[in-house]
Amino acid sequence: MNARIAHIASNTFREAVRDRVLYNLIAFAVLISAAAIFIGEISIEIERLVVINLGLTAVSLFGVVIAIFVGIGLVSKEIEKRTLYTVLSRPVRRWEFIVGKFFGLAGTLVVNTFFMALGVFGALLYVAHRFYGADSSIFIALYFIILQFLIICALALLFSSFSSPLLSAVFAFSLFIIGSFADDLRGFATLAHGLTRWVATGVAYLVPNFSALNVISAVAHQQPIGWGLVLQNTLYTLFYTAMALSGAVLIFDRRDLK
Amino acid sequence: MSSRGRTTLAAATCLVVSLFASVILLQNIDRIRPHDIADDALFISSPKMLQRASLGFNGLMACIYWTRTVQYFGHRHYNREHTYNELAPLLEITAALDPHLLPAYQFGASFLAPAPPNGAGQPERAVQLIRYGIGHNPGNWRLYYDLGFVYYTELHDFKKAGEVFDAGSKIAGAHPFMKILAADMAENAQDFNTARLLWSAAYESSQESNIRENAVEHLRSLQVDEDVTNLQNAVGRFVQANGRIPTSLWEVVNAEHLRGIPVDPDGNPYELSLDGQVLVANPDDFLFITKGMPESYKRGAPRFHAKS
Repeated sequence: MNARIAHIASNTFREAVRDRVLYNLIAFAVLISAAAIFIGEISIEIERLVVINLGLTAVSLFGVVIAIFVGIGLVSKEIEKRTLYTVLSRPVRRWEFIVGKFFGLAGTLVVNTFFMALGVFGALLYVAHRFYGADSSIFIALYFIILQFLIICALALLFSSFSSPLLSAVFAFSLFIIGSFADDLRGFATLAHGLTRWVATGVAYLVPNFSALNVISAVAHQQPIGWGLVLQNTLYTLFYTAMALSGAVLIFDRRDLK
Repeated sequence: MSSRGRTTLAAATCLVVSLFASVILLQNIDRIRPHDIADDALFISSPKMLQRASLGFNGLMACIYWTRTVQYFGHRHYNREHTYNELAPLLEITAALDPHLLPAYQFGASFLAPAPPNGAGQPERAVQLIRYGIGHNPGNWRLYYDLGFVYYTELHDFKKAGEVFDAGSKIAGAHPFMKILAADMAENAQDFNTARLLWSAAYESSQESNIRENAVEHLRSLQVDEDVTNLQNAVGRFVQANGRIPTSLWEVVNAEHLRGIPVDPDGNPYELSLDGQVLVANPDDFLFITKGMPESYKRGAPRFHAKS
């Protein structure tokens, strides 16, 4: 990563912290502590499952919301405040600005996820009194969640490079929901015929497949996650993120900022 | 006091008063509002619909539905209700959302199978539920045990129970008592000893306090049922020999050369009614007894005993 990208990334991270984005950790801490303490009182035999399921789901949803709401404002806010012109008047190229913003937001989410993960493991220790070897697959679930964030960050940036913040949020949320149904879309495509089949198949492969990145239920039951899936998901995320970022760069590079 | 201070004080007072007022009003509204309809309503009954709506977070949704199931059953069980209309759908949704959630099968079957008020009286749905669980967790011998249990205790299908125990005993890591149970089903299915073996196995094979507590209650009740059966037989023999009902259990004790009046698991002596029925002193202390209760007896709220 060149120095200019690193600089923009660190500024984006600092700005997010200054905007109190990490305050969500307080809400998360309350949620996970309450779940750890109270679920045991009102349910039977699922304390550990709830801590893992609720914890990882919260990590995922909090992160998605942050990725979308911070991501959609990354470009438009700079234009609105006119700080973008100051940045671009320096020897910074537009693609470096987009990539730097992406890494800054991704860094914010990784830090956020790290603290939430500490909370999940703390709550798990509280309810189960010890860790098991199979609990290590929680790290894989967390890694997949971060991969999910990378895709959403890139998509939010893509939409914010040509659209208003409100529309970008709508597009990004819609894609998150559609991406969660990617497997169903593919199933629908196999049932269709002719042109519909081609279109449905195309759409199914174009939207991000978030269902493949969701292994929360499996790790909650201490089921092993194959390294093949880890590798394939990593590569898939890298290519998909690169695709969305390339789109964002292409659009932003041609955008008239006057 | 400065103007800002006065505003702060007024706003803080208003906040606190409004908070208290809203809590009191909500309590009044709760008293006025009918609850029964809301308690029994299951707005989305399709597991597939819920799977889609959970956006892939099926595990969390299953935990929520399982907790709802426990609350639904616990509330109605505590109130000695006789209808559990939403229990089976709730369990089926839970299982569909997370087919590996074992407590939903193990506890769910024990909620569904027993006759009201101890359960929903739907042993067939319990069998369906556990079979669904076995389909998704074929390597779990405990599910076979639970299935055999339902066949034995509720459906009294000893042949099926034996087959299921036998199938479960062949799974790697299965407890040795599965083989014994399979054999017992063929020969001594209706003995108190077989039932005692089943509940003892349930107690010993589980670390879960609710399962152990339930097993203790059944073992205590089994002891009472067996004692009452034996004493009632002794009373019958007394009637045959003397042509009259004994005036007290002491007459039976003397006639049968017993050491004294037998006592229930709590140490209370059994009693004899005027019409010759052997009764337990405190039927409310034995949740699952089928004998030893006066005809007019109505069971109160369940009371569990942590130790036998």
